[in-house]
Amino acid sequence: MPRKVLMCGNDACGEGAILAGCRFYAGYPITPQNELTAYMAKRMDEVGGVFIQAESELAAINMVFGAACTGARAMTSSSSPGISLKQEGISYLVGCELPAVVVNVQRGGPGLGNIAPAQGDYFQATKGGGHGDYHTIVLAPASVEEMLQFTFDAFDLADAYRNPVIVLADGLLGQMMEPISSRSLELVPRNVARDRSWILTGCKGRRPRMIRSLLLAEGALEEHNKKLQAKFAKMRESEVRYECLRERDSTVMIVAYGSIARIAKSVMEMARTKGIKAGVLRPISLWPFPYEVLGELSGKIKKFLVVEMSAGQMVEDVRLGVNGKADVHFYGRMGGGIPAEGEILRKIEELL
Amino acid sequence: MKKKRRPLRHRIAQSPVRQRVPKDDGIAFSRPKSLRDTEMHYCAGCGHGIVHRLVCETIDELGIREQTIAVAPVGCAVIAYDYWDFDVTEAAHGRTPAVATGIKRCLPESVVFTYQGDGDLAAIGTAEIVHTANRGENITVIFVNNGVYGMTGGQMAPTTLVGQSTNTTAQGRKPKRDGYPLRILEMLALLPGTKYLERVSVHSSQETMRAKRAIKKAFKTQLENKGFSMVEVLSMCPTYWGMSPIRAAERIKNEVSLFYPIGVVKSY
Repeated sequence: MPRKVLMCGNDACGEGAILAGCRFYAGYPITPQNELTAYMAKRMDEVGGVFIQAESELAAINMVFGAACTGARAMTSSSSPGISLKQEGISYLVGCELPAVVVNVQRGGPGLGNIAPAQGDYFQATKGGGHGDYHTIVLAPASVEEMLQFTFDAFDLADAYRNPVIVLADGLLGQMMEPISSRSLELVPRNVARDRSWILTGCKGRRPRMIRSLLLAEGALEEHNKKLQAKFAKMRESEVRYECLRERDSTVMIVAYGSIARIAKSVMEMARTKGIKAGVLRPISLWPFPYEVLGELSGKIKKFLVVEMSAGQMVEDVRLGVNGKADVHFYGRMGGGIPAEGEILRKIEELL
Repeated sequence: MKKKRRPLRHRIAQSPVRQRVPKDDGIAFSRPKSLRDTEMHYCAGCGHGIVHRLVCETIDELGIREQTIAVAPVGCAVIAYDYWDFDVTEAAHGRTPAVATGIKRCLPESVVFTYQGDGDLAAIGTAEIVHTANRGENITVIFVNNGVYGMTGGQMAPTTLVGQSTNTTAQGRKPKRDGYPLRILEMLALLPGTKYLERVSVHSSQETMRAKRAIKKAFKTQLENKGFSMVEVLSMCPTYWGMSPIRAAERIKNEVSLFYPIGVVKSY
């Protein structure tokens, strides 16, 4: 009989990593993700893994780079300003085709901002973030249970594509406590065939290997980029995830991700008691983005309301998906403001 | 015919002078196995080729080629992996010791070393080298100090001497505008995590042999699990010092080594 276990999102994220076989974590203190670093410090000792409190986010992501070179499942986490510092390392991980998991428990920005929940790092996470032409899979959990499950999944995805994966949460998800099923705590790493032909272990019994992103020979870097782009194309084809609610009879769709998707679901119920046929589309993979489903939905639903804790970032992808076939409206709060149900409902009533 | 390897202890005990005595096969001097048979891109009179060779000779003599993982820097030695015949990864500029930390913690039985220039180690990577040393990571650092950014065209380095003219200090380094040269080895000596620190040079064959002994001791420090070891190698950059290779070697003896004294800074 599954029990319920009360956990905060940051702890659940850490446990998801441990369950996935993550045995290397490097991090640097920053609110609102500190519980995660503390959790990893405790758990790595228990499971015989490596925990390092690094001197900076730069060092932390590069320690993860080193661990990834050896084939270890490695993770780092931070919050918005710290994730900015990690962009250099994420670009190198992609260039060197190294798997790793990076968790961003977003807070308000720009600059030092504040420590309240926000979704202002959407562009950074989904459009590359660092230098060069690249993408990373971005998973957006909306509950404590998903903080665990998506972090768990992120390691398989990172290994499958030899590319870093970002778990994009926010301060609300990191800090809040929710009961999760004890079954989630019994997840066993899937027996995924992992290519080990590239890892550095010392060249005993084989030819020496090198890991690099520097390609100076004429045309070599273009060829490398084509190979990376082919991987991204495969991700676009295979890794789109979303959740769609009540779309069959809806006249208006709320599009929201992460913690705002939960609020959107309540708004949908409130609207329906008032006779407004509302539905919710919740992108789960923010990259690759579910453009296709938006294309299909906009064939019959003519009003979309995108709600974000930002000045409007995901709304640009929604417009690309809708491609002019329906009206796309936006409601957002910034700097730690959280859109309340009533605010969103009023916005919907204005649209109809 | 398979050549019989001498016992490790015997090989370690060999002095560089003894090595030059012809062996059974009649070869007195040859390319180390760890060094690839390829042309290097370094300028005439550059010290990098010598330091690469010393590292590779050491790795061969200690019999650790198959357990070695190197971390290459950003700078003139950025493509060192094309010259070394063992496992190597690149690292972002200055993050070299952080990458080495990740590797060594995951594979404690491997031999991990970084190879860094003065820009990589003493400017952009200052935080990483200080904290890696302070954690006492059991790795070896080969720090090549030629007092200039070679790869980018000869700009001032943190180690550039006062008065030295570079691409960004045309009238010579002026402390008021450009600050002072950094003696990083002496800074690291203050940290309890550092076990073996020595400054050497490759401006003469005598000093090169001394450099070899230091590099070997640094690797042995790691093999004996003693902790952080680092060898700073004063090296020539005739191209961006604007002088002949011979004058560049003399400059180390007469100028550079006065500010950066050659010798053991810290030993266990």
